[in-house]
Amino acid sequence: MKYVDEFRDGEIAKNIAAHIAAEADPARRYAFMEFCGGHTHAISRYGVPDLLPANVRMVHGPGCPVCVLPIGRIDQVIRLATQRNVIVCTYADTLRVPASDNLSLMRAKARGGDIRMVYSVADALKVARDNPGREVMFFAIGFETTTPPTAVAILQARAEGLKNFSALCCHVLTPPAMRHLLDAPPIPGTPAEDLAGFVGPAHVSTVIGSRPYEFVAADYGKPVVIAGFEPLDVMQAILMLIRQVNQGRAEVENEFTRAVTREGNLKAQGLVNEVLELRESFEWRGLGQVPFSALRIRDAYGEFDAERRFDMPYQAVADNKACECGAILRGEKRPVDCKIFGTVCTPENPVGSCMVSSEGACAAHYTYGRYRDEVAA
Amino acid sequence: MSGTVKKGYARPLDLKHGRVDLSHGGGGRAMVQLITELFANHLGNEYLAQGNDGTVLPIGTSHGPGRLVVSTDSHVVSPLFFPGGDIGCLSVHGTVNDVAVMGATPLYLTAGFILEEGFPLADLARIVTSMARAAADAGVKLVAGDTKVVEQGKGDGVFITTTGVGFLPEGVCLGGDQARPGDAVLVSGHIGDHGVAIMGRRENLSFDAPIQSDTAALNGLTAAMLASGARLRLMRDPTRGGLAATLNEIAHQSGVGIHLDEAAIPVRPEVEAACELLGLDPLNIANEGKLIAVCAAEDADALLGAMRAHPQGRDATRIGRVTDDPNRFVQMTTRLGGRRMVDWLAGEQLPRIC
Repeated sequence: MKYVDEFRDGEIAKNIAAHIAAEADPARRYAFMEFCGGHTHAISRYGVPDLLPANVRMVHGPGCPVCVLPIGRIDQVIRLATQRNVIVCTYADTLRVPASDNLSLMRAKARGGDIRMVYSVADALKVARDNPGREVMFFAIGFETTTPPTAVAILQARAEGLKNFSALCCHVLTPPAMRHLLDAPPIPGTPAEDLAGFVGPAHVSTVIGSRPYEFVAADYGKPVVIAGFEPLDVMQAILMLIRQVNQGRAEVENEFTRAVTREGNLKAQGLVNEVLELRESFEWRGLGQVPFSALRIRDAYGEFDAERRFDMPYQAVADNKACECGAILRGEKRPVDCKIFGTVCTPENPVGSCMVSSEGACAAHYTYGRYRDEVAA
Repeated sequence: MSGTVKKGYARPLDLKHGRVDLSHGGGGRAMVQLITELFANHLGNEYLAQGNDGTVLPIGTSHGPGRLVVSTDSHVVSPLFFPGGDIGCLSVHGTVNDVAVMGATPLYLTAGFILEEGFPLADLARIVTSMARAAADAGVKLVAGDTKVVEQGKGDGVFITTTGVGFLPEGVCLGGDQARPGDAVLVSGHIGDHGVAIMGRRENLSFDAPIQSDTAALNGLTAAMLASGARLRLMRDPTRGGLAATLNEIAHQSGVGIHLDEAAIPVRPEVEAACELLGLDPLNIANEGKLIAVCAAEDADALLGAMRAHPQGRDATRIGRVTDDPNRFVQMTTRLGGRRMVDWLAGEQLPRIC
């Protein structure tokens, strides 16, 4: 497949792996966090750890939109579908996230909730057009990448005069979450203890550019390399991070020059800015309340805001006590450190959100990497 | 499909504009007419013509000593018509293949139809014609059937359940528990075509070259493989859940591990591109005309030769080996050179694929 196979080539991988092995200082330990679940998935799916020396480790970050959704948000959506007869349109990933009362969106659907899986917000608009007599709500989740389409859909709903369309805006932001992680004091003995740098998500930066990460290098002295989602992109980024660490540099570097610029996509940023504004605080699963880390719909577009339209108070719900998703999302624990990983909590019966999405650290390890545990045992 | 043809109907079925109504499942004349003019007209044979509550079949005498293989499969695919096939031929192929991969010769089929009130008779005729062609091509006879009609909104056009009966000669003993460490794992051709064809039609994705379902009967290929003399341990057709699910089933049944080489697994570029776009893994996608075979490693080349000589096995290739692994893991060396597990799929990737 053109434009894809080139970035999965085994020979080039060997070559980069040889450079990494040669340049990684055996006296040092390198721990890098891949912030984004897309990278977590790529690393596990292609077996990238097999190509890294033992002293270069990847720590999974919180950048999985489904994983960081708190239970209370899913509960809100379930109530809308089951108690208010609203048609809920959602991305497939959120369907299986465990919610209160042993429910999930999928189970609520089986109990009669009209919950529909869509591939894009444009599909949700179509559902609204096709069902003028029903309220149609789009469960808008995701990082900066999926935010512009939500903004465009709201603008389009206004232009078309759609009266039955709304969105529950749960869009979250990458840089504030990184700052939150960096502000937390490192816990000795955890995977993130000696975190030396970040692999940043390229698709987020195609929208916001590379500039919003500059504080990570300037204020916290940690290098960031923005990387694409193919395995060779990730490996190249790891090599670039090792070089920065070895040379004592802390800069924002861009591996994904094929689409990322410093300023990003100004038009997309403008659309988002027109329709959405910062929330003062937002609850993330695992990270708790993070200031200025999410977006809501502006007053001017309030008619499309499900929170205003349906008067749906938010109630925080604590995670299952045995679940370590919080610590895993903060990089403090690995999936195998969780007592219920692979026993009570599996992709078929997830307890925690990290086991749900294919981008979740637990699901990725369970699905692609758990043979390593058997080798180690 | 029991019922006696009574002469003198005032009007034949309107196969152009007519629709299924509740009387077509009511047990009265309308049902007999539907069976006679549509089902028996296309699918009839000497057995179906017996017209009793059950069909009496000969087996064993002309085939020599052996056993029966029976398999049943319900088909609820949506859409009913898709590039490369439809629910009619699919319902024949699916069951014929389940019988054939046991090493048996498929002989007979039964079919149960659940029709939704309002379904166009013209579409039903297309489906029945397609079933008839598929059955004739596979050399199987439809020997019993049933028709029920449900009210509008209680079904989705047509559901078809078929049961297949085949003859398994003495001495052939294939099974999911027969794989042994060291054995070779083969696949008969490109994977993922059926699921992507369905998905593409459902999502209205247009491809430069439309991806066709691979739906096909495999009993010719399995016969050629058995005749090759290779020490075959087992055959399986990787339908729902795809290659990944089928290999995990084999690993569990046989108590072994399986190691795949990603670079060796044949996937059409257009299927790979569609999967990339839809976020799917070709290893999890349903096939309806492919099989996996496990055989003694020394016989793999001979078996591949026999497979490639048959049209359904032209692109057959070796994709991995059976390993000694108490964890029964299916693993894969990725194209990148790393390693990963190939696990069962959690949840439902593509509902109503077959």
